[in-house]
Amino acid sequence: MTAETKPKLAVWKFASCDGCQLTLLDCEDELLDVADAVEIAYFLEASRATVEGPYDLSLVEGSITTPEDAVRIEEVRAASRRLVTIGACATAGGIQALRNFADVEEFISVVYATPEFISTLETSTPISANVRVDYELRGCPIDKGQLLEVINAFLHERRPNVPDHSVCVECKAKGNVCVMVAHGTPCLGPVTHAGCGALCPSYHRGCYGCFGPMENPNTGSLAGWLGRLGMGEGDIMRTFRTFNAYADEFRRESEAHEDTAR
Amino acid sequence: MTHRSPASRALKVEALARVEGEGGMYVEIHDGEVADVQLRIFEPPRFFEAFLRGRRYTEPPDITARICGICPVAYQMSACNAIEDACGTAVTGPLRDLRRLIYCGEWIESHTLHVYMLHAPDFLGYESAVALAEDHRDAVERGLRLKKAGNDVMELIGGRAIHPVNVRIGGFYRVPTRRELRALAAPLERARDDALETVRWVSTFDFPDFEHDHEVVSLRHPDEYPITDGRVVSDRGLDIRPAEWGEHVVEEHVEHSNALHARLRERDHYLVGPMARYNLNFDRLSATARDAAAAAGLGPECRNPFQSIVVRAVEVLYACDEALRIIDAYEQPDRPSVPVEPVAATGYGCTEAPRGVLYHRYRLDGAGIILDAEIVPPTSQNQPTIEHDLWHFVEGALGLDDAELGRRCEQAIRNYDPCISCATHFLDLRVERT
Repeated sequence: MTAETKPKLAVWKFASCDGCQLTLLDCEDELLDVADAVEIAYFLEASRATVEGPYDLSLVEGSITTPEDAVRIEEVRAASRRLVTIGACATAGGIQALRNFADVEEFISVVYATPEFISTLETSTPISANVRVDYELRGCPIDKGQLLEVINAFLHERRPNVPDHSVCVECKAKGNVCVMVAHGTPCLGPVTHAGCGALCPSYHRGCYGCFGPMENPNTGSLAGWLGRLGMGEGDIMRTFRTFNAYADEFRRESEAHEDTAR
Repeated sequence: MTHRSPASRALKVEALARVEGEGGMYVEIHDGEVADVQLRIFEPPRFFEAFLRGRRYTEPPDITARICGICPVAYQMSACNAIEDACGTAVTGPLRDLRRLIYCGEWIESHTLHVYMLHAPDFLGYESAVALAEDHRDAVERGLRLKKAGNDVMELIGGRAIHPVNVRIGGFYRVPTRRELRALAAPLERARDDALETVRWVSTFDFPDFEHDHEVVSLRHPDEYPITDGRVVSDRGLDIRPAEWGEHVVEEHVEHSNALHARLRERDHYLVGPMARYNLNFDRLSATARDAAAAAGLGPECRNPFQSIVVRAVEVLYACDEALRIIDAYEQPDRPSVPVEPVAATGYGCTEAPRGVLYHRYRLDGAGIILDAEIVPPTSQNQPTIEHDLWHFVEGALGLDDAELGRRCEQAIRNYDPCISCATHFLDLRVERT
């Protein structure tokens, strides 16, 4: 295929750690094939060369935290036929959304000596709170296989085949012993979106929810179980308040434990 | 892009950057002399040190990993060191070896990413590794294979390469069996050959004649090339424990950057990273790595920042050697972690991230809640140093047109592999000539 007929792929970064776009470069076995199939039109982590939009598929990493980025995401949307968010920052606001539960002025003064040099918004918001998105890929970071599936699906105008059940289903499929039932280890698996391959339980650790809430999770019931396993209110609040803290279901559950915490 | 004679005009180049907002470079030339150089970091602030307050002492390895997707293990290890220091626990034996091993994986992955995908295209005149692959497919495939070997180490020990899940205060959640670890040996032996070839390949690049005289700072360990711990030393007499860091390093907030600038209280700016480590610890490299360095034309000291790509390749070779040594000697420990009980105290930790010394400090209360935290990443330490280099580099290259000058300046900045998540793209290049 010539460059003129290849679909144009763009990768954009907002507030983030770069890990999700790095996932694309971590596809060592597939990267050169991907580069054959699409024109990498804008991907600053990988290339100095940039091509003008419009873009057939834009992958967006990171959350919106500054006035400038709130404008820039509008421009990205306008230049993109399809826009897919990659990872917890773009999909739920990321770990930096912890500012949404605090006073951002105080946050600035903790880190910076001269707060007036800093331009930032009160909140860290997911891309969907700012512009229309066509698909959201979960994970902190995203899974390599799911990323390739999403790119493939959008280039072929089909829906991505990404299961939306809980991590528990992945554990059962893998034949893992349940860490919560067998060892009393607190685990967010029952309320967390699948996609990692039940990584933490496979390493004898409870899931910490880095893929965010599954659809219709019963977080209240799980919080009860976490309490019966000996976790205090503060710990339950913190458990739901990490990389997907601002995802609705996790946010509501953490707020339910806020007053009684500590 | 406008173009007039360099000595007398105002000129703006937005070659790379109309949209990106994280990092930029600003060069002002006045009457044919450099008047100002700024490496600008626009990366939005994320306030990690603020929201670590009130978290449990067990959480920083997972939380601080999210500062950087390229070197999460570095953040996890410095966090563990600092909190274990506060709690008076030392992790030793096979658990310490496993930490060193996963860290070797990160050095291999991160350095190879930089050497092949970010830096080599500058030397060979390409816009990206993908473009480079059109003419040098074998080289790029070698780079991808090598990078994957590093990722494989992190995936086996950590569960995944980006934000590994298996690291905890006190050790790991699960440790590999001897047999599981042995499976890494064959790919790592191949990786060692690839690393050796990488050293040879990058040594053939054309290096501008340029030397710096920065004070270099790294860790120093009694008998190892420094990765997971050591004293903080320099070539001008600094020799301190991590706990003494705050007495010697000051951080300043400058207007053009969202990264704080660090400097030594007694002297000035300094350099951390592969060249600093190499210059201060050449005697601790494996024999293979020392021989490869010599064959590539490096002495025991290297002060040309453009040759940092060779030093990085030598460190990849060392990391392969060291990983194989650890795997060969590994005996599975009885338990995956040692207990770490919270203590009301302050703890300090330094490790060698791929880009240089990474300092963490945590103050805990008796219940294990973090009262305050401080993190000094390598890029904020190097930022003033990068500006110094750029200044001198531009002085010697005023005859170049703006496009070429900009390209060379970008290359000079990439010599330091500034953390991608902080400042790697330099999109907004502006040169003012008046």
